Amino acid sequence: MAAPIARGAATSSLETGMVVKKAVSIVAPLALRIIAECPVTKARACDLKLPHCTVSTPVFMPVGTQGTMKGITVDQLDDLGCQICLGNTYHLGMRPGPELIEKANGLHGFMNWKRNLLTDSGGFQMVSLVELSEVTEEGVKFKSPYDGKEILLSPEQSIAIQNSLGSDIMMQLDDVVSSTVTGPRVEEATWRSIRWLDRCIAANKNPDRQNLFAIIQGGLNAELRKACLDEMTKRDVPGFAIGGLSGGEEKDDFWRMVTLSTDHLPREKPRYLMGVGYAVDLVVCVALGCDMFDCVFPTRTARFGSALVPWGSLTITKKQFAKDLQAIDPDCQCPTCRRHSRAYLHALFKSDTAAMHHITIHNISYQVCVSIMVNGFLLLLFAIDEIITLSSIFASSSL
Amino acid sequence: MKLELSMVVQGCRLGVLTGLGRAGQHSLEVPGCLLYTRCGTVPHLTQDTLHTLNNLPSVTQLTLNTLAEHQEVLEEFKEGVRKFAGLHDTVLYCSLHDPATSCPPGHITNKTVSVWGSGGRIELTVAKFMALQKAVQPDLYQSMADGETWQINTSRKRVRKSVDRTLAHLDECLLLHHKTQELSGVEVLGVVEGGDVLEERVRSARETAKRPVGGFCLDGLHTAAMETHLRTQLITAIIKELPEDKPRLLQGVGRPDEVLACVEAGVDLFESFFPFQVTERGCALTFPFNITTDPEAAGTGVQVPPTVVELDKHEAAIGQKNGTDNPQEDQTKMTPFEINLKDNRFVSICVCASWCMHVCLCPSHSILRCVCVCVCVCVCVCVCVCVCVCVCVCVCVCVCVPVSSVCACVSLWVCVTLCSPGTERTSVPWWRGVAATAAGTTRGRTYTTFW
Repeated sequence: MAAPIARGAATSSLETGMVVKKAVSIVAPLALRIIAECPVTKARACDLKLPHCTVSTPVFMPVGTQGTMKGITVDQLDDLGCQICLGNTYHLGMRPGPELIEKANGLHGFMNWKRNLLTDSGGFQMVSLVELSEVTEEGVKFKSPYDGKEILLSPEQSIAIQNSLGSDIMMQLDDVVSSTVTGPRVEEATWRSIRWLDRCIAANKNPDRQNLFAIIQGGLNAELRKACLDEMTKRDVPGFAIGGLSGGEEKDDFWRMVTLSTDHLPREKPRYLMGVGYAVDLVVCVALGCDMFDCVFPTRTARFGSALVPWGSLTITKKQFAKDLQAIDPDCQCPTCRRHSRAYLHALFKSDTAAMHHITIHNISYQVCVSIMVNGFLLLLFAIDEIITLSSIFASSSL
Repeated sequence: MKLELSMVVQGCRLGVLTGLGRAGQHSLEVPGCLLYTRCGTVPHLTQDTLHTLNNLPSVTQLTLNTLAEHQEVLEEFKEGVRKFAGLHDTVLYCSLHDPATSCPPGHITNKTVSVWGSGGRIELTVAKFMALQKAVQPDLYQSMADGETWQINTSRKRVRKSVDRTLAHLDECLLLHHKTQELSGVEVLGVVEGGDVLEERVRSARETAKRPVGGFCLDGLHTAAMETHLRTQLITAIIKELPEDKPRLLQGVGRPDEVLACVEAGVDLFESFFPFQVTERGCALTFPFNITTDPEAAGTGVQVPPTVVELDKHEAAIGQKNGTDNPQEDQTKMTPFEINLKDNRFVSICVCASWCMHVCLCPSHSILRCVCVCVCVCVCVCVCVCVCVCVCVCVCVCVCVPVSSVCACVSLWVCVTLCSPGTERTSVPWWRGVAATAAGTTRGRTYTTFW
């Protein structure tokens, strides 16, 4: 287990060495039940009850930007054990548009996905599509790459689209700046995000069915981030996301901001760390107190032939795998590893897209397995701790 | 491999091809098709997704152009493509070319043909061709052939050469086949060439039939090579020279109307690459076919095969617009059997709001005094959100059973909704409108219900 990391005031109960077993926070339509907490780190295993099903955290959420996980069907995604996945407001708002999706019974009906959905607000596209966007107090102006027309994505617009999509968790529209940017722009973005959070909360038509998460900004500036935390935690939202990170900054700065954020976020609400996907980062950030993760990396890298394995990654298209007859990961139980060898996938990559789909399935399975393992490990630690506590109580009472 | 025919009607054959596979445990209905794959995988589908479909063809088609570049791996692997690709228990047929991709012409010699893999052209001699078959380990395969007669204005001399070369390749293949232990029990299909020259077609068929092959492959007749009419003429001539007890596989033809025409001409098996081509253009297959038998012959006891396959008139109109005199241009154009999913008409969703009025009378003087049944028919009109007009015809049967002084009425409604022809939606499932309502009423009253 990792060495103990200095903790802030929010987790004072741990100084006594006792672990609080259950804490229930009911903010309908979301309920977080903390099942186990690590006695050494800030990690916790929880059950997150959402409108469509309960999700065990820590959880990795695969990203299906345009209402689909590229190359695989929802049945396959379901079979992999995915309980929540992502859709994107900007892309779906552009096409096919919220009116059509609303007619189709929301994004769930449109993509025929029966479990949970989380929609991003479109904020990140401000960074990723920065050439095509312009930020003002009113909102973000985008120039559509599809037909060149301009649209304004304001907090109200973003929430309206997300209401039409009907996702279980919606993200506020935040003013996103790349974590490598410094100077007054970062401060401007932070305060604007807080103002936009209030506008988003006011614009939410379905607070009884859809959860609106706030996104903590502040870049890599500790004071700014603390100020943002202080302000945003005053609002009664069902959950918080830690944003403005995972954009190419130094890891040393990254984890400092993560731990600062989790120190000041309420314990009984879920914490979503946006954009974190590498398995190593995921495990470290679980130890720092995060519950939910998303990243395009596993699915995107699969389409380039890169398969994720516990010891790193394999680029299946490389010559060295042409005659390698073992599975991607001999211990993996995903449909791809049960049936196909590296050599076959290497050969198939030259002929058909199905090779990418096989690797996508494997990568999603891998990420889901990592989070299940962490969850299981925490429960095990909790069980061990319980046994130790009970034994010591028994031992002292029998004296 | 054995072809058991149950019926032959004016050239059309119906039957089963049994004894397929190494253990002879598989069979394929005739007329039938093969499952099209690339490098052993159905395009875009994983095995799990594929097996959510029912009634997959029992014979899978492999194409040498996607496998030739992997010869070394397969030879080291030693266990054939079935195990290499993780395929299910299926019969493997190996063809030379991929029917969905065209080959650049001009690379065939007296001793070699070429296939194109991802890395470029691979030249095959008969020896290399047979080495590949030994590595792939199919259950049946076509012999190496020169089929480059599809270009416009192919000279007669060139066509004659293709027939001669193909026969020579066949003889060499058979020789090596019998020497190769890994291919014992594997069937070879002889390839009939001849371009669009009738005499050459007949000659090729006659000569190929003399060889000890398991069946016949009809090459050079694919959709881009010639028109339907010429194709069926040539096939009819070819069939006359071929034995009846061996299957005939036609390469390169996949359009439903052409397939049906060729079945009538006597073909047994087809390749199923057409769905793949339709998918690649973003279209979905939908083809309502009406097969009408000649009404005068019906009921007279005379067996008349379907004389004409009628397309829905609307689709036929599209077909005529798309059809050109030059078959080679047709390949990427939509056929009448598809709808283009990018079309905005399929984007909008029709939400039908309808109401229906129905009147039920429970006469207090009913004969039985315990049960009264009334049937009423009503017609209602609803307007859809996508601005098409739907007409609903509702039939309701209403059974009223008096319970003390109250008459309980249960009615069942079946509503058939038809949309106007202005939309592309030709029909809506009839059961969409089934609803059951129960209502109470005192005797003798009329009531209306809305739904």
